[in-house]
Amino acid sequence: MFLKELSELPGVSGNEGQVRSFIQAKLSAWGIRYDCDTIGNLYAYKETKFRNGKGEANLMLAAHMDEVGLMVSAVEKSGHLRFYKVGGIDERFLVSRPVRIGNAGIKGVIGAKAIHLQKKEERGKPLPVNKLYIDIGAKDKDDALKVVKVGDYVSFLAHAEEFQGIFKGKALDNRAGCAALLEILQRDYPGSFTAVFTVQEEIGCRGARVAAYRLNPRLALVLETTVAADLPDVEEKDHVTQLGKGPAFTLQDSSIVTHPRVLERLIAVAREGGIPYQFRRYSGASTDAGAISLAHGGVPAGVISNPCRYLHSPASILNLDDWRNQVEVVDGFIRSVLAKGL
Amino acid sequence: MSEEHWEKKELENFLKEISEAHGVSGYEDLVAGPIERAFAKYVDETRRDNLGNLIFYKKGKRDTAPRLMFCAHMDEIGLIVTFVEKKGFLRFNALGGFDVRTLPGQEVKIYGKEIYSGVIGQLPSHLRKGEQKEKAPEIKDLFIDTGLPEEVVRDRIDIGAVVALQREFIPLRHRCRAGKAFDDRAGVALLWQCACELSRMDHEAHVYLVATVQEEVGIRGAMVSTYGLTPDLGVAVDVCHGDIPGAAEHEVSPLGKGPVITSGPNIHPRLAERLMAVGKDYGIPFEQDISPGPTGTDARAIQVSRDGIPTALLSVPLRYMHTSVESLDLDDLKGGGRLLAFFAAGADRSFVEGLACF
Repeated sequence: MFLKELSELPGVSGNEGQVRSFIQAKLSAWGIRYDCDTIGNLYAYKETKFRNGKGEANLMLAAHMDEVGLMVSAVEKSGHLRFYKVGGIDERFLVSRPVRIGNAGIKGVIGAKAIHLQKKEERGKPLPVNKLYIDIGAKDKDDALKVVKVGDYVSFLAHAEEFQGIFKGKALDNRAGCAALLEILQRDYPGSFTAVFTVQEEIGCRGARVAAYRLNPRLALVLETTVAADLPDVEEKDHVTQLGKGPAFTLQDSSIVTHPRVLERLIAVAREGGIPYQFRRYSGASTDAGAISLAHGGVPAGVISNPCRYLHSPASILNLDDWRNQVEVVDGFIRSVLAKGL
Repeated sequence: MSEEHWEKKELENFLKEISEAHGVSGYEDLVAGPIERAFAKYVDETRRDNLGNLIFYKKGKRDTAPRLMFCAHMDEIGLIVTFVEKKGFLRFNALGGFDVRTLPGQEVKIYGKEIYSGVIGQLPSHLRKGEQKEKAPEIKDLFIDTGLPEEVVRDRIDIGAVVALQREFIPLRHRCRAGKAFDDRAGVALLWQCACELSRMDHEAHVYLVATVQEEVGIRGAMVSTYGLTPDLGVAVDVCHGDIPGAAEHEVSPLGKGPVITSGPNIHPRLAERLMAVGKDYGIPFEQDISPGPTGTDARAIQVSRDGIPTALLSVPLRYMHTSVESLDLDDLKGGGRLLAFFAAGADRSFVEGLACF
C-alpha cells in the first residue's frame, strides 16, 4: 500500500508532477505500459497475461492525482507571501499551519495575529483568507524571492500516519483512490483495461474530460474520496457517509446521475462478495465521472468513494477497512465486466 | 565546525526538544525531564518545589552575596477532556487562552491510560447554515476524533485527561524557527543559554534559574517560587509579540534585532536601565518596549511577592503567539542569554542595595 507516500507528496491541481513520477516509477517496476498526455494525465494500460482474454470491455478506471492547495500570488515588501486558493480548500483549516512552497519544498507557516492583540469582535468572526499570509522567515522581499516566486504552488506540510485502524493525512482526496488503483494494477485479470491517473479534478474535472475523449471508453468507474460527516452535532440523515460502513456508491452528484446498470453491478458485486457498502447521501459536488460520462456519444459511468472525515484539510481521516473494501469491490467489478460486459 | 556554531546548534536542538515535548499548565512533568537534563551540567544544584517549579541553583561567592532569580515558564496552553460523546468523540475545555479559530484540524496527543493521537474536528463546511458561516467556532462546537471505538475511549480516556497540541519543530529561513509552545519554552532556552555563559564567568551573586509552572492559567508558579527563594531581585523571561502584518508598529517588536527590555510600573527602573547598559557595554543588540500596567508574565507576580521584589522583564519577540506555528529568531535567544549572564556577573551587593529608595 502506497497511501503514506502518496499522501505526503505535494500535488496541487496543475502541479501533479511529483505524484505522477512516483506512480510512473511503480508502473515501470511492474512492467506496465503507460503514457501521458499534454495536460498531465497518466494512462496505465493493463494488458492481460491470459491468451484467451477477451479484453473487449474497453473499461476506463480513473482516480485524480491532484489535491486542493494554494498558489503564491504576491510577495510583500516584508517578505511575507500572499496566496490564492486552488480548488475548494477549507479555509478554516489554514491558520496555525505549516506549508511547503514550490517544487523545492521551502518551508513556511500560516500564522494568525496573537489572540492578545485582537479585539473581541475580531475573534468572533472567521479569519478571512485574504488577510492570511505565509511566513518563510525571509528578511524582506528580495530575500524571499531568492527561494520562492509568484506562481509557486503551496501544499500542506503534514505527516501521514496510521493509528487505531484509521489513516490520517493530507490529500487523502484522492490519493486514497490512486493508492487503490495501484493495488488493482498489481493483480492479474483475464482481460485488458486502462487506469487513468487524472489531473485538475479539484478545479473542474478538467483532466478527466481530456482523458475520456482520448480513450473513448465504453464504460467508466471513478475511484474517489468523499465527505464523511458522521460527527457530533450532525444528524444521521446528514452524515453523507459514515466511516467503517464500506465504500460509498454515488447515486447522483452535481455532475452525474450514476448509470443505473453501473450502480446495479456495483451493488451485485458487493453483495456477492459479502463486502459492506453504503450510498453517498448527498447530491452536491462534482467528480471526474461527470466529465467522463459526457465524452463523445456518452459513457456509462459510476463512482465508488472512500468515506473521509475532514476532507480538504491537512488531517483527513479514513478507515483502512473501507479502503480495502473499495479495492475489493473494484476488483470484483472489473472481473464482472470482463466476463459478461455491462 | 567552530565552537560558536556548535553552541548555536546545541541551543537550537534544546529548543526543538522542549518545543516538541508536552507539558500543559498543571501537567509540566513531561517537559521537566529534558529541561533538568540540559541544565544539569551548568548548575550546582537542582530541585523542584511543591508546585512543580524546577529550580536550578548556581552558587555565588559568599553567603552575603546578592541572590538573583531569573525565571521562564515551562507550561504551555493545552486542552482537557470534559465529556465523551456517543461514538467516542471527546469534548474539551481549554487550559489557557486559545484563539479557537486556530484549533480545527490541529493534531493532538491525548494523555489517557496511554498516549493517543487525535484530530480536532468541526462541522463540515457544506453543512454550515446561514449565520454559522459568519461566526467563528466556539470550543463547544469542536471535538477530538481519536478513531477509537466508543467503548475503548470510555475505558482508556478519562474525563480530565490532558491534551497537548502536536507539532514538529519547523526550520524556516536563516535563523528563523517555527513550532509550538515557544511561549515560553523559548524563555527556558534563553535561561539555558544564560547558564551556559555563566559557567564560564566569574560571578559574585547566587543565581537561581527557575522553570516555572502554571503561568498560562494565572501566573501561579512564579508566585510560589519567588516566595520560596526570597531573591533580592527577579527577572522574568518571556515572549512578546513579534512584527506581523496587520498589527500596529507600537504593539510589536522586530525579530532578529535582539531581546526586548520592558519599562513600566511592573518594572523596577534601575533594573531596566542596568539591562540596557549591559547590552550597550557588551555590544549585544536589544529592543525596548513599554507596558503601562502589570505585564502578562511572571513579572506580574514576582514584583508583589513578600515585601516587594525588584523586577525586570526580558522578552523574545515571537510571531503568532498561542498558535502551533509560533516563530522566532534564534539569535534573539542567544543574545538574550548572554545579556542576562553579563547582567548577573555584574550584580553585586551595592547594586542590589541601591534598588531601595531609588
